[in-house]
Amino acid sequence: MKNSPIDKAAAATPDGVARRIRGLSDRTIAWIFVAPTIFLLLAVNIFPLIWTIRLSFTNFRVNRPNNDVEWVGLRNYQRILSDPDIWDTMQATAHFLIWTILLQVLIGFTLAYLINKKFKGNDMWTTIIVFPMMLSPAVVGNFWTFLYQPQIGLFNYVVAFFTGADPASFSMIGDVHLAPWAIVIADTWMWTPFVMLICLAGLRSIPDSIYEAAECDRASKWRQFWTITIPMALPFVMLAVLFRGIENFKMFDLVVQLTGGGPGNTTTLTSIDLKREAFEKWRTGYSSAYAVILFVTVFGLASIYVKALNKVKER
Amino acid sequence: MSFSVTEPSKRAKWFAGVLVVGYAIITLVPLLWIIATGFKSPTDSIAYPPVVVFEPTLEGYVNLFTERTRATSQMLETAGPPTTWYEEIARNRGTVISGPSRYGERFLNSVIIGFGSTALCMILGTAAAYAFSRFRVPLKDDLLFFILSTRMMPPIAVAIPIFLMFRNLGLNDTHLGMILLYTAVNLSLSVWLLKGFIDEIPVEYEEAALIDGYTRFQAFYKVVLPQAATGIASTAIFCLIFAWNEYAFAVLLTSGTAQTAPPFIPTIIGTSGKDWPAVAAGATIFLVPVMVFTILLRKHLLRGITFGAVRK
Repeated sequence: MKNSPIDKAAAATPDGVARRIRGLSDRTIAWIFVAPTIFLLLAVNIFPLIWTIRLSFTNFRVNRPNNDVEWVGLRNYQRILSDPDIWDTMQATAHFLIWTILLQVLIGFTLAYLINKKFKGNDMWTTIIVFPMMLSPAVVGNFWTFLYQPQIGLFNYVVAFFTGADPASFSMIGDVHLAPWAIVIADTWMWTPFVMLICLAGLRSIPDSIYEAAECDRASKWRQFWTITIPMALPFVMLAVLFRGIENFKMFDLVVQLTGGGPGNTTTLTSIDLKREAFEKWRTGYSSAYAVILFVTVFGLASIYVKALNKVKER
Repeated sequence: MSFSVTEPSKRAKWFAGVLVVGYAIITLVPLLWIIATGFKSPTDSIAYPPVVVFEPTLEGYVNLFTERTRATSQMLETAGPPTTWYEEIARNRGTVISGPSRYGERFLNSVIIGFGSTALCMILGTAAAYAFSRFRVPLKDDLLFFILSTRMMPPIAVAIPIFLMFRNLGLNDTHLGMILLYTAVNLSLSVWLLKGFIDEIPVEYEEAALIDGYTRFQAFYKVVLPQAATGIASTAIFCLIFAWNEYAFAVLLTSGTAQTAPPFIPTIIGTSGKDWPAVAAGATIFLVPVMVFTILLRKHLLRGITFGAVRK
C-alpha cells in the first residue's frame, strides 16, 4: 500500500501546496477521488480479464453448470490454432482490415487535404461529413441491408444506373464474392470521416513558415507535397491507422447486422465467430482461449506499431 | 487581403470546395434515405425505381409505436369511427390498434441507461481526473497506451466473464447492471479526456483560492469545476453517444426489461415482410439526437475520438 502511485503522487506534491491545505491531507483526498474509479475499473475491466484467462484452461460450459469443470491445460489453445475454420475467419478479418484501412486512408487524407485549402464554409461541410461515424453501427448496418436489397435497394439502383446492369441481378449481401465488399463499403462510408479528422489535424499542425521557406528555395508544389506535407502528416496518418486497425479487428455490430457473417462464412469476422462459440455453442472455456488469443494478437501488433509510430514521431 | 505564398489560389479553393461538397452530398444520401423512408408508405418504400418524390405519411411512425391486429368489417362497425389521427391511419390499412409497441420502452431504456451511466461516469471521472491532474502521477506516458489497451479486447471477449459475473450478482438484464457496465467502459476514456481539460486550467487559480481560506474540496467545486465546464460537457456527450450506440453488450446481456434500442430496432418486422418505414422511423428517432449532439460537439470532436491523443 505504501508504494502505490497515489502515495507517490502525494509525496511528490510540493510542500508549499501541501501546507496550504486545511482539513484532509492531499493523500486522503487523492484516495477519495480515485478509489471509486479504480474499484470500478478493476471490477469490470481487470477482473473479467483474469477470469477469462483462468477459464481458457478449462472445459467449462455455461449451459452445463453441473458438469465437473476440468483443468485441460493448453488443449483449448491447441485446438484453436490447428482449426482451419479459425484461419478462414482470420483471413476474412484480414481482407476487411486491409481494404477498409486502405480506402479510408486514401479518401480520408484526400478530403483532409482539400478541406485544408480553407474554402468558404469548410467547417460546416466538415461537420456534415462527420455525421456517419457518430451513429449507432448496429442501426446503420441494419439499414444498409435495405440499401443493398436486390431490385428495390438504392445502392443496387445507383450501381445499375451507372453500369447498365440489372439491379435485380446481383445481391451485395447474398453473394459469396460481393459480401466481403459490402461490409468494406459500409465501413468505409461510416469511418472515412474519422481518418479525415485526424489527417486534418496533422495538416493543420504544419507551420506555414516551412512552406514559405520551400517557396523561397523554389521547390515545386509537387516536391513540397512529398517532402513536407507527407512526412509531417505521417505520424497523424499512422495514428489514424492504429485506431481503425484496433476498432476493425474487433468489429462486431455493423457487420453482424449487415450480413450476420454470411453467406456461408465469407464475412464471419473473428468477433462474430467468437460470439457464436461463446453464446450460441456455449463453449465457454474454448471461447475464452479464443478471446485470449485475439487479445494477445491485437496487443502484440499494437505494441510493435506504437514503437514504430514513436520512431516516426522522433524523426 | 495580404499576399501570402501559402494561401491557396482562388481556383484551388473553388476546386477543393466542389470536391468536398460533392463527397458530403454523396455521404449524406444514405442518411437522408433513412429519414425519407420513415415518411413513406410501405408500397413507396419498396417501389422500383426508388421514389424520391412521394406523398409523406406518418404510417411508419404509427406502426413503430403501436401493435395492430387485422380487423374484420364487422369489428370495424362495432368499434365506431376512429377517434384519433393514428387510429385513422391504422383503419385505412384494415387494422385496429391493439396497444403500444415495445419501441417506446426500449427507447426509454436507452435514455435511462445512457444518461445514468453518463452521470455516474462524470461524477467518478471528474474526481479521478482532478486527482490525476493535480497530484503528480508517474507513468503518464504509458497511460494512453493502457487506456488504449482496455479497448483492445473485443467486447464479445469481455462479455463472457461479465455475463457470468452479472448472472451471479443478479445484474443480468437490469438497468443498474448496464449503467455500471457502460460507466466502467467509458471511465478510462473520460478520465483521460477530463485530465487533459483540467491540465489546461492554471493551478494558480486554485492556489489563490486556497490562500483565501477555501478547502481543497471547495477549491475543486467552486474554482476547477466551473472552469472545466465545457470540457466536462463535451466529455459527457462522448460518453452519452457511446452508451447510446452500444450494441454488443446490450444484445448479449439484455433481453427484456433493460433492452436498449439498438438491439431492438433490427428486430422490427411487419405483418407481411419487413416493415421498412417503421424500421426507418425507429432509426430516425434514434439517430437524429446524435446528429444534434455532433453539431454541439464539433470543436472537441477530434480530441474525443482519439482519446485525447490529438488536440486542436
